[in-house]
This record gives sequence, C-alpha cells and structure tokens, in this order.
Amino acid sequence: MPKRTVIPFGPHHPVLPEPIHLDLVLEDEKVVEAIPNIGFIHRGLELLCEKKPFQDMVLVAERICGICSLVHGIGFVNGVEKIMNLQVPERAELLRVFWSEMSRIHSHLLWLGLAADAIGFESLFMHSWRVRELVLDIFEETTGGRVIFDAIKVGGVKKNISKETLGRILKQLDKIEEEYKQIADVFVNDFTIAHRWSGVGVLTKEQAELLGAVGPCARASGINFDVRMIKYGGYDKISMEPIVETAGDCYARALVRVREVYQSLDQVRQAISKMPEGGEVEVKVTGFPTGEYFSRVEQPRGEVIYYVKGNGTKFLDRFRVRTPTFANVGPLVQMLAGCDLADVPAIVLAIDPCISCTER
Amino acid sequence: MFETQEIINIKKEELLPKVSSLLKDGQRLVQICCTKGSKLVVDYSFDKNYKFTNFRLELDLQGDTLPSITEVYFAAFTYENELHDLFGINVVGNKLDFGGKFYRIKETAPFNKPPCQEVKNA
Repeated sequence: MPKRTVIPFGPHHPVLPEPIHLDLVLEDEKVVEAIPNIGFIHRGLELLCEKKPFQDMVLVAERICGICSLVHGIGFVNGVEKIMNLQVPERAELLRVFWSEMSRIHSHLLWLGLAADAIGFESLFMHSWRVRELVLDIFEETTGGRVIFDAIKVGGVKKNISKETLGRILKQLDKIEEEYKQIADVFVNDFTIAHRWSGVGVLTKEQAELLGAVGPCARASGINFDVRMIKYGGYDKISMEPIVETAGDCYARALVRVREVYQSLDQVRQAISKMPEGGEVEVKVTGFPTGEYFSRVEQPRGEVIYYVKGNGTKFLDRFRVRTPTFANVGPLVQMLAGCDLADVPAIVLAIDPCISCTER
Repeated sequence: MFETQEIINIKKEELLPKVSSLLKDGQRLVQICCTKGSKLVVDYSFDKNYKFTNFRLELDLQGDTLPSITEVYFAAFTYENELHDLFGINVVGNKLDFGGKFYRIKETAPFNKPPCQEVKNA
C-alpha cells in the first residue's frame, strides 16, 4: 500500500478568493480523500433578525454575498411576502426577474473569467471581465450600484426603470450578446480548455442526486432541476427550460454556465417585453409577519433557501439561509476523491464556490 | 406565485426509517434547518419533482441528542455539524464529525441563547 500524505489546500490559494480549507489525503499524486473545512469567517448574520426589523433584514440578506446580492434580497422578501399575503405588482415582479437574470449573467461571466485565469488563459479572463463590465454598467444605470444594489424591498422594488432606459438597455444587450458570443465560442470550441476540463472531477447523476448537488453542478450531471421552474415571483410569465449537460465533469459545468448566459439574456428580453407600462412598483406594507415559509429561488450558483418565521412583531423569530455552495460541499468531496493533485484547483473552482454565502 | 409546501411532524425515533424510505423514493435532501423556540425545532427538507416536503421534529433546548442521517444521506454532515456548533445539539453517529470545529467561533452554541430583546428586558 502506498504511503499516505496529507496536504493542506487553502485557506489561502491562488484559485481561492475566499478562505476554504481542504485536507487532501494523497497516495502518490492521487487524492484518496478530501476533508473540507469551512468556518474561517462565519458571520452569524442569521442572528441579526433579533436586532433588525424585518424590513431592514433585506439589507442584511443583500450583503450576504457581493456577487448575487440582489437574488439574496429576492429570496428573503419572497418569504416575508408569502407569510404577509402581499401581492407584489406585476411590473415589480418583472423588474426583479430583470435584475435577477442580469445578476446571473454577471456572476457567470465572473466565473468564466476566473476559470480561464485558473488555467492560464489570461486573455480570455480579461475579455470575460470586459463584457461583465458592460453588465455592471447597466446595474449602475438602473440601481445606482455595481455590487450592492439596494433595489429590493418587502412589497416591491425601490427603483423603477423608464421606458427610454429599457429601450437603450435592449440595444446594449445586443452588443453584450455579440461580444459574449466570441468568448463563448472559445469556451465551447477551444481544444486546450476541453482537454483541461474534460473527464476531470466527474460527478455522476446518481451521486449528484444522493449528495444533494444544486445549480450548474447538478445540471452538468444530467439533473433537470432549476428552481425557476416552480415559477416563483415573476417567473410565471417567463418561458424557460433548464440547461442540462450529462458528462458531469468540469467541462460540462462550464458549458452549462456558458449556455445559461444566453438563456438569461433571453429572459431579460422577455421580462422587458412583458413589463406593463406605468403602474405601481410596490404595495403598502402594514402589520407584521406571522407564520413561516421556506422561500426557494435560483441563484447563479443554484438553489438558495430562505426560511423565515414571523411572530407578529417587527422582529422575525428565525431567519435561516441555506446557500448553494453549502449544499455543494458534499458533492465537492465526492468529485475530489480519486482525482490528481494537479486537478484539485480546477475542480474546486468548477463548483463556483462562494464562501461569503456559505459563511453567512 | 408561491409554491405549496407541506410540513409533517414526526418523532425522533421515526427519523431514520423515514429518511431511509425517502432515499428509496428518490427524494433529494435539500437542507436541515433548526429554529429555537420553547423547544428546538429541526426541519428536514426534501424535494422530488419540485414538490417540497418538510419533516419536523422537536428536541429539548439543552442536552438532547439526535441520530445522524449521514449513513443514508452522507451530505447531511454539513448540516449536522452546523446543528452541533450553532445550537449545541449532540448528533450521534455523524460520519464526518468535526467535533465542534466546523465553525471556528468563540461562543458555544450561539444560536441557542435567549434572544437579545429578552436579555435587554431581563
């Protein structure tokens, strides 16, 4: 039996913008077992519901993550609106869809850039982030922010977008799609990328189901699951089918994200075309939440769950977040078992880990 | 539009047989969530074909134990370590037990303390 060695991976590593640690048990160059370790920066944000009124908790939810902050806000307000029986105006729902899908485009472009950088494809990294800047410009124009948007509130949205601006955004989307197509073609057709990621970090469909994988990780393993299909919020007005690949490797995870950018561009256009002109973008909120609900929304990284429990006061009894990266830790352990040491960074990056979400 | 969800109360001793049958049925373990009230309420959430179901059991606030389901759903190890570190629940048989070091926090069971409003009013 070969001698076993334990190699620490992280919490500081070039492919890890945030701290996560793995104890890699090796036999020669093969990983036999990977033991994950998180909790370096656990913030305990869930406990803030004891101190902050439920309306202010939207701001806390949005600050869980700096990449998909808006989707966190939507997950939280969906739960509160359900237990308060609030019917959000259609325009506000579609504005939420618009910003959600723009967030997905921005998040996937960010990941594609990081992934290209991790394999030494510097020019592809720069082009991915150049296109992402165009998306952030739209956020800045419509919300005033590029990272934290502060556009969501219980009962609707805080910001409206004029017809003229939406028309201009539609033209910008055409430009973004045209430029993105050039990048996407490289991810799909380049020999080096396919060679580096194909067959690496395989997670079969059965393993993904058993281990509770979510988001692009699950869909790359052939699982046809996307929370947007439950038609929460304004998604009942948007037509879509989950993007699914079957190889279950790092390349399949990249391809799912590449295709989801096109899907999100389509959904943004649908949201704009179906948005009613004029009208309110919020309803008046009276009283305090009573009851409980598990609100599920599809973040760029997968299913996020907000559990909210109200007790009839301005403070919630419980505010609980299960983030997609937290759900993908178990599948990551499986992906790493049996891989080469040199493939570990690519595999860890392929789940698109967001530690600030995980350490909420 | 909001999805319909079901919450089913179970007893602690029913947990493992129930979870085993859910695995056979092809249900995905979505999460394990704990809420502190007069008791600790633990929710096991499952999903199949977009149908979201919760199985709920109650534990005493202090000193209660909970059988691990990692033998059935290995990925539950993250949630069970969280139950231990944040709520102080002793989970018995966790296949990847971090022994209280999953979250590197100074306080013991910070989520199983009186709410700050009660502390302020005391």
